[in-house]
Amino acid sequence: MKLNRRNFIGSAAAVSATLSAPMVMAGSHGKPKVVVIGGGAGGATVARYLAKDSKGAIDVTLVEPTRNYYTCFFSNLYIGGFREFSSIGHTYGKLAAEYGINVIHDWAIGVDRDAKTVTLAGGGTLPYDRLVLSPGIDFKEGAVPGWDVSAQQKMPHAYKAGSQTQLLKAQLEAMPQGGTFAMVAPPNPFRCPPGPYERVSMVAHHLKTNNPTGKILVLDPKPKFSKQALFQEGWTNHYDGMIDWVGPDFGGDKVEVRPDAMEVVIDGEVTKVDVCNVIPAMKAGKIAEIAGVTNEAGWAPVHAATMATKADENIHVLGDSSAQGDMPKSGFAANSQAKVAAMAIRGALTGSKVFPAKFTNTCWSLIDTDDGIKVGASYEATDEKIAKTDGFISKTGEDAALRKATYEESVGWYDGITSDMFG
Amino acid sequence: MNGMKHIIMSAVVACFAQTAVAERADGDAERGENVYKKCSSCHKVGDGARNRVGPQLNLLFQRPAGSIEGYKYSNSMLRAGADGLVWDYTSLDTYLENPKSLISKTRMNFRGLKDADDRADVMAYLRQFSDNPANIPEASPTFVGTDHSVDPEILALQGDPEYGEYLSSECVSCHQIDGADTGIPSITNWPTEDFVVAMHAYKDEKRIHPVMQMMAGRLSAEEIAGLAAYFEKVGE
Ligand SMILES: Cc1cc2nc3c(=O)[nH]c(=O)nc-3n(C[C@H](O)[C@H](O)[C@H](O)COP(=O)(O)OP(=O)(O)OC[C@H]3O[C@@H](n4cnc5c(N)ncnc54)[C@H](O)[C@@H]3O)c2cc1C
Ligand code: HEC
Ligand code: HEC
Repeated sequence: MKLNRRNFIGSAAAVSATLSAPMVMAGSHGKPKVVVIGGGAGGATVARYLAKDSKGAIDVTLVEPTRNYYTCFFSNLYIGGFREFSSIGHTYGKLAAEYGINVIHDWAIGVDRDAKTVTLAGGGTLPYDRLVLSPGIDFKEGAVPGWDVSAQQKMPHAYKAGSQTQLLKAQLEAMPQGGTFAMVAPPNPFRCPPGPYERVSMVAHHLKTNNPTGKILVLDPKPKFSKQALFQEGWTNHYDGMIDWVGPDFGGDKVEVRPDAMEVVIDGEVTKVDVCNVIPAMKAGKIAEIAGVTNEAGWAPVHAATMATKADENIHVLGDSSAQGDMPKSGFAANSQAKVAAMAIRGALTGSKVFPAKFTNTCWSLIDTDDGIKVGASYEATDEKIAKTDGFISKTGEDAALRKATYEESVGWYDGITSDMFG
Repeated sequence: MNGMKHIIMSAVVACFAQTAVAERADGDAERGENVYKKCSSCHKVGDGARNRVGPQLNLLFQRPAGSIEGYKYSNSMLRAGADGLVWDYTSLDTYLENPKSLISKTRMNFRGLKDADDRADVMAYLRQFSDNPANIPEASPTFVGTDHSVDPEILALQGDPEYGEYLSSECVSCHQIDGADTGIPSITNWPTEDFVVAMHAYKDEKRIHPVMQMMAGRLSAEEIAGLAAYFEKVGE
């Protein structure tokens, strides 16, 4: 599987045609049709809940190019050596067999909002009554000077999980003793606010045992980041002197990369590095832009109570791609939003009861063995946005038993959310 | 209305009784030795006491819950310990009154001591096997509240399992619907009463856990009843 297909909607056509035979649409029984694009945290959940709760009253089609979905959540733990790669991979067999979802492995390349149809790279056309987009993120072109997706083999982003994650881990393992691992961190807003810093922790964990003189250089355009006090305390406790975090005061916002030379240029000063993880600025998955539901910033504004887009009431956008208000872009959030959307869509198409929307999120991060932290909040739908109502965060100085329990919770959550997504 | 008043009254009385217990430097240790017979089939205390069905109870005061090395606690007890539960007058009084109201899945199969004097006396007895018994610090600040008993009117609510099913979608991102309990406890097929008591203990912040306090905090008593009704039967 070549992951760079993900980033080239155009060139996907040729590949996908061989991937999946043209789909014959199930004969219409006059049932309302929902097409879901993207089988990740938001898309798999919404498809499963629609199929499960409508008990066959809605025709659900899920379009997802990959047969194996690798979760970004826990992909850092794979990099740190806490998980096997296979343990973060999931397939769509149950969604098709047990829930009767029509799973099509293909790329969606076009949306005709007047005809209410989706075009597939493999040539098929899917009619819909409601369309749900949960295509995750794409990268903004030119966000990091010197980098574009053609450089991702030399300087991986590993911010869509799969072969990119494996590549980054292989590069880390191949790093010379005393070498430098650089990360170019993204500006806000981006997928998984603690993600880059959990990754730094996991890289440090690997280096501590395998390459103790190795160094980590984090180049960050942001003056502060998620769970910063907790991460920095953890870095001092576990990896003292190994991690150098360079914020905008010291040029973290003026970074250029040279993939061929393996160099980073920080405010004009050239540094040679051994591994360079470039996480560029992000925007909604391209198909949201193609559907014409995104704003100038590149995200799709939605109504909080239904996750329907402000541009088109028949198109819902979930997860990372949506501009919804206060929720972070996380798998937990996408899963939570999907359930609200499923309820609203079912209500609109079959007249089933609609209860007030509620959302929650918790993001765990692992700093070192048995040292887990978390941040979470609850939310409600207002006319304007998804608004935060309550929240909590781990504290600095917590004892080892609590941190271990927190880590164990995250393992339980992983099993919970993945079975909530894939059945 | 009369019933309601009665409940409020008895709650107030219970509160006073509680303070009285906490302030009484030592209950009657001699009487306590007798009460302890109810425990001794499972617990040993004193010189050389070893773990039996339950953990040994030496140096119990100010000991974190679930902390005796080599004893196999329930996951719930270990979690309570990790969350900061420490044995002192207040927490022991709650646990001994009704073990499952404090730690719902505790392996201690003991109905509890309903009589406050019995509890005070057995604690006085156990205190003799703690270090420096005259000088026991105040209740740990993280442990709030003393009584997990829930208003009978709340317990009597008939939950709507259909509403519960809708609400449950929020829970199953963490609690697995098939009852597996890797890292997060299983909440399926519980007796509804235990479920309701546990949820109200979080809601009233008597049980410590930030996620669950937040989750339960915004649920009404009716919603909790609905969830209890749904989770009781799920998968059957
Ligand atoms: C390193 C890292 C760590 C993370 N850790 C956590 C964590 O601990 N907890 C947490 O809650 N979140 C975490 N996240 C965030 C989480 O992975 C995302 O927020 C979540 O996956 C978003 O869900 P989504 O449905 O919007 O997109 P995704 O899950 O990315 O799903 C999008 C899917 O759409 C498909 N797709 C895209 N375009 C098309 C198209 N045109 N046609 C058909 N299919 C298409 C893609 O193939 C993909 O499978 C982490 C992310 C990263 C990168
Ligand atoms: C039927 C057996 C049984 C009886 C009777 C019993 N216990 Fe227990 N007790 C246990 C078990 C088993 C545990 C471990 C609970 C767990 O891990 O969930 C326990 C745990 C405890 C703990 C927590 C100890 C720790 O280290 O965390 C205390 C305190 C305690 N019991 C006190 C008592 C007292 C006092 C009595 C009598 C009034 C009593 N128990 C009666 C079986 C019993
Ligand atoms: C973000 C993850 C998460 C979500 C969502 C969540 N829980 Fe929990 N829950 C936990 C954790 C972790 C514990 C263990 C807490 C502790 O140590 O007391 C727990 C404990 C419980 C317990 C007590 C279990 C026991 O063994 O004593 C009950 C009951 C419960 N949850 C019910 C619910 C219900 C009902 C919902 C949905 C409204 C819910 N939970 C949502 C994580 C979660």
